[in-house]
Amino acid sequence: MEETITNNQIIDIERSVLSMVNVHAKAQLDQMQWPTTRDEEWKYTRTGRITKESWMVSPIQSNAPWQSLQIENLDVYTIVIINGQFYSQASTLPTAAGITIDTIAPQERIATSFGHFFEALQAAYCTSHLRIVIADKVQMDRPIHLIHFNDGQKVLSQPTLTIEVGAFAKASFIESFGSNSTEQSFGNRKLNIHVGENAHVTFDKIQDLHDNDFLMNDDQVHIAKSAQFTINTLTIDGGWTRNQLHISLDGENIEASLNGCYLPRRNQLVDNHTKVDHRFAHCNSHELYKGLLNDRSTGVFNGKVHVHLDAQKTNAYQQNANILLSDEAQMNSKPELEIYADDVKCSHGSTTGQLDDEAMFYLQSRGLSPDNARRLLTTAFINDVLNHVENEAVRAHVIQRLEQEGLLYH
Amino acid sequence: MLHIKGLEAKIEDKEILRGLSLDVKPGEVHAIMGPNGSGKSTLASVLAGREDYEVTAGEVQFNGKDLLDMAPEIRSREGLFLAFQYPVEIPGVSNMNFLKAAVAEKRKHLGLEPLSAKEFLKLVSEKSKLVELDGQLANRAVNEGFSGGEKKRNEIFQMAMLEPTLGILDETDSGLDIDALRIVANGVNALRSPERSFVLITHYQRLLDYIVPDFVHVLYKGRIVKSGTKELALELEEKGYDWIKEEVDAHA
Ligand SMILES: Nc1ncnc2c1ncn2[C@@H]1O[C@H](COP(=O)(O)OP(=O)(O)OP(=O)(O)O)[C@@H](O)[C@H]1O
Ligand SMILES: [Mg+2]
Repeated sequence: MEETITNNQIIDIERSVLSMVNVHAKAQLDQMQWPTTRDEEWKYTRTGRITKESWMVSPIQSNAPWQSLQIENLDVYTIVIINGQFYSQASTLPTAAGITIDTIAPQERIATSFGHFFEALQAAYCTSHLRIVIADKVQMDRPIHLIHFNDGQKVLSQPTLTIEVGAFAKASFIESFGSNSTEQSFGNRKLNIHVGENAHVTFDKIQDLHDNDFLMNDDQVHIAKSAQFTINTLTIDGGWTRNQLHISLDGENIEASLNGCYLPRRNQLVDNHTKVDHRFAHCNSHELYKGLLNDRSTGVFNGKVHVHLDAQKTNAYQQNANILLSDEAQMNSKPELEIYADDVKCSHGSTTGQLDDEAMFYLQSRGLSPDNARRLLTTAFINDVLNHVENEAVRAHVIQRLEQEGLLYH
Repeated sequence: MLHIKGLEAKIEDKEILRGLSLDVKPGEVHAIMGPNGSGKSTLASVLAGREDYEVTAGEVQFNGKDLLDMAPEIRSREGLFLAFQYPVEIPGVSNMNFLKAAVAEKRKHLGLEPLSAKEFLKLVSEKSKLVELDGQLANRAVNEGFSGGEKKRNEIFQMAMLEPTLGILDETDSGLDIDALRIVANGVNALRSPERSFVLITHYQRLLDYIVPDFVHVLYKGRIVKSGTKELALELEEKGYDWIKEEVDAHA
């Protein structure tokens, strides 16, 4: 049941073996190349370490310890995805009317044209396509927790999630990514979210993998008028993490908030590419990404805000702030504002610096060890982002994990 | 308690302290005055352990131990406290969390049991009353958005919490209104004891009406050039520094 996918020569996985190859996507993929640092969008993010491995689609491991990603003191519906495949036996799905969860068979998946290699790769060998539809006006009584766990040798997991939230509905999602620490995995997950008119949706992503793991997230969000949407991308751990988040504001009076924190260390890389499209008037977007980089880690932030001609009275705020805790850590931050409307309020800022020496000395002069002083300051820095996580149990979980990793101090 | 002998220190090749000596015995209050730029804050910083300054000569004993050999946090836990001339704002770090950590580390250093949450809160309410610090301020981020006077009061509050054996107050009186000056002075006086000493750096004799010093020193060009009792402060208030500068410069 295992097939190998290698660099640029993706061995055809027969339909008879996995019945999952999308031939249209595969045909396009064959014409494409892995991105290199010569591509503007991949200038600082190397894919070489992924391409040199042979990845395999592996079946669900029924004993995979996905429970380690559960959040204490939180009632949720759970959708478990092991090695990129929906594991229904372990999932607890909502039963109330107005919430439909199903999988889309490979033959029903529509292959469009793909913007980039990872998207084509994901579509060609999609391991599972799950669809969650929440009908108009449904107020979910608890969040849906999507748990991805990779367990196996060189696992390739490529699920697609499609979430449709109807008009005036209210829903929140938590998505966790984890893996077995001793093995390597490559996750390439596609997410499509449609937020209906006047709907209220929050989405917290918790990326908590290991140094051996690669994770690509491609998040496409469409928001209809008068809706509210918040997405928090919290990268706790993982060797190579790239988030591509595209939010399209497709109506007036939308409130969108996108926040993220990343704390790479050792040789880790975290790359956040975001794009917010303001297409209509009277929308607000708020974006805050903060990074704390240690050892020889690399951070990338590329934040595009595109205010279209008709998007008058837009209010767009973007901020990226980084602290380098080591001389060898590297941050590449690039805000990009394109504004075509004239009556707008847009602000952006990008800072990368060291911890404030004056503050460090002040705390030490009160008896705090340099370690504790540093952690108090870095905690304050990251809290700005964590404060955007509305769900207290989720926030507590993330804080506890960051403390466990010795990164924060509460 | 504090014994400074022939202390020389420089920053970026600029010599600032040039052979400074000072003795402070337990329970004493010393005032240090002197023209702007003479090295008063530098002395305070060197004693507190700021790394920007390089000590090139001299020695400092604190309660019989080599102070210059200690990291800043050890100096603090050993009982030295510096109330800064310009306290920094630290957004997002709550005064309470920070003090809790500071008190815990000090007690651990001294081999004392940690305080319970209840005992800590009791200490906070007791000590904030001492400087009439609004309870709200104690809960806010360290100095963030505090007025100049509030920052100074917060310094004295922290000093009261940490109960040092030596308090160095760098111009804690400047920027205080009359009432705040009295409050701060009362706070300091309440902390005076036969074991606890203070070094008050100030430009104004007024503070010394409230906190009466045992000795007054004039620091000029990196040295203590004149010492006396509280009458010296009155004389300086009246005559300024020119006569001292002339005396010193004539001998140079
Ligand atoms: N970081 C620094 N770099 C260069 N020079 C410095 C630095 N810090 C202090 N100095 C210089 O050292 C001298 C002494 O400064 P210090 O702050 O100790 O004076 P002070 O006596 O406290 O003055 P004031 O009464 O104005 O507070 C000044 O000439 C000052 O410019
Ligand atoms: Mg000074």
